[in-house]
Amino acid sequence: MSEQTQAQIQTQTQTQEKVVFERTRVLTPKHTHYCPGCTHGIAHRLVAEVIDELGIQEKTIGVCPVGCSVLAYDYFDLDMQEAAHGRAPAVATGIRRVLPPDRYVFTYQGDGDLASIGMAEIVHAANRGEKLTVVFINNGIYGMTGGQMAPTTLPGMKTTTSPYGRKPEECGHPIRVSELLNTLVAPRFIARGALSSVKEIVRAKRLIRQAFELQHTGFTFVELLSTCPTGWGLPPDKAMRWLEHNMMPFFKTGVLRGPDAMPEAAMPYAPDLTVGDAKSTNGKEA
Amino acid sequence: MSSQSPHPQRLLMKGTEAIAEAAIRAGCRSFFGYPITPQNEIPEYMSKRLPQIGGAFVQAESEVAAVNMIYGAGGAGVRVMTSSSSPGVALMAEGFSYLVGAEVPVVIVNVMRGGPGLGGIGPSQSDYFMMTRGFGHGDQRAIVLAPSTLQEAVDLMGLAFDLADKYRNPTLLVGDGLIGQMMEPVTFPEARTELPEKSWATTGKPASRERNVINSLDLSPEGLERHVAKLFDKYARMEREEPRFERFQLDDNPPVCLCAYGTMARIAKSAVQQLRAEGIRVGLLRPITLWPFPTSAFLEQAETTERFICVELSCGQMVEDVRRALAGRRPVDFWGRTGGVVPSVEEIADEVRRLCG
Repeated sequence: MSEQTQAQIQTQTQTQEKVVFERTRVLTPKHTHYCPGCTHGIAHRLVAEVIDELGIQEKTIGVCPVGCSVLAYDYFDLDMQEAAHGRAPAVATGIRRVLPPDRYVFTYQGDGDLASIGMAEIVHAANRGEKLTVVFINNGIYGMTGGQMAPTTLPGMKTTTSPYGRKPEECGHPIRVSELLNTLVAPRFIARGALSSVKEIVRAKRLIRQAFELQHTGFTFVELLSTCPTGWGLPPDKAMRWLEHNMMPFFKTGVLRGPDAMPEAAMPYAPDLTVGDAKSTNGKEA
Repeated sequence: MSSQSPHPQRLLMKGTEAIAEAAIRAGCRSFFGYPITPQNEIPEYMSKRLPQIGGAFVQAESEVAAVNMIYGAGGAGVRVMTSSSSPGVALMAEGFSYLVGAEVPVVIVNVMRGGPGLGGIGPSQSDYFMMTRGFGHGDQRAIVLAPSTLQEAVDLMGLAFDLADKYRNPTLLVGDGLIGQMMEPVTFPEARTELPEKSWATTGKPASRERNVINSLDLSPEGLERHVAKLFDKYARMEREEPRFERFQLDDNPPVCLCAYGTMARIAKSAVQQLRAEGIRVGLLRPITLWPFPTSAFLEQAETTERFICVELSCGQMVEDVRRALAGRRPVDFWGRTGGVVPSVEEIADEVRRLCG
């Protein structure tokens, strides 16, 4: 075979094997354990793509939760820490406060982890304005433990611990975590996206990217409405429609807090502490 | 510091503040903690000093958060500590287990107060079991250091950080309200400038190395068993290399030996001196490491000493280790006060006179 022919074949092969889509390099080659149709895979990929595109892989440390994404440290090709249930914002605080300021630190947490057992940690990390990005997966259910009721479970929704449907008069209404955090002064970015369609997924990625870009200015938070086909008892495509039909009307998507959006309830307050000062008052009276 | 004294290496300090300064000298530049009496001067001191030297101080929202913050910081490779008191330390049990499992070196100071429940704020040694019996869930151990003077507290703080790094395991240092609140002159060691390299830390993964993961999860029973076996190899090494104790007035092999640690050992020492002045031959064996317990020191002493009297600020906790160490070779009596009551020298001396009279 002549050299020319070999070169031709090589060129031909290269053309035939042109890569149009591949694993993001910020993800490891390990196969995930997620159920078919679960949106964790999409969320992982979006976070990994953003880290890759921003060129910050070497500077990023991730913290995983307890829940279905407990093994996320196997999937992100990053330095990772595995936190106790709900404590990821505290762990991330520890990392953030001692590493050089050019590092990026994110947590990846589900709704049982973040909105139930870890409510104190997320509220206070947000309130301190920790320079973190929190990726919050809201699928309205405890996935890993077998489909129990979560703080985000919708009214009437059946789970293994609300077999007659969630009764708001007994269990309260689902918590809108993004809105709750949006009453605080410190956060720089709070947004909610959905992983229900190509359009929404593209939007969600933009939100994650904005959060990482703003991370060094303060606390950033992206809630992602997600599906749990196994826990919900629905095939993946129907789960997507269920999300759109039932979750999105209650959990409104969009940017709640951005560089240009600050709700009145969260306006900073700088009291004049000299007014009530006992010594100075006495001085004036004297 | 230097503004307080013309001799900067010899300072009159409060126990809690001496502990905090000793940690800084040992290279600790980060503190995460939640207020609780009687140890508040440690976070207060840290909140003042650490920002001056480029360190990190965070008042956590709870002890639960604090212990997880030191997990994050320790996992990122720095020397880090928290401090609390009994009920607050109990809240750290979960996080402590994760620190052990993920092999994160940190130092936790417990300025013990009386329990159970909310209890009181007086000096107590009622957390001996909680500290020494594998604090937290799962198969685990940790070194527990118990100073009885402020100078020893200063020295042991440096050691606590070194031991944490040596074994990649959290180290506990226990005191009580008396150690925390009293003032004594202390000499600080030179500030540490060279600290151990931590190639396992999560600092951001350069292309040149594999990623580092701080984790205690292993869903494979065989894998987890291997991991726990590795931890127990470390504990076995601690038991060989780390027991520390003080022998006081024991060289003439007295027939009676008091056993006490921390604050109670200070009082017991005075009792020994008073009794010896009366002609009663008695000594004191003082564990400095509550775990690993200095078992062989007790066995050695039992060759000549006929009876042991364990005195504690509790209703009898360390006495179980003394009895276990002696394994029936010699009788072991117990006497203690609890609830924050600190006995006088005379009370201990009376107990010895009563038992040996």
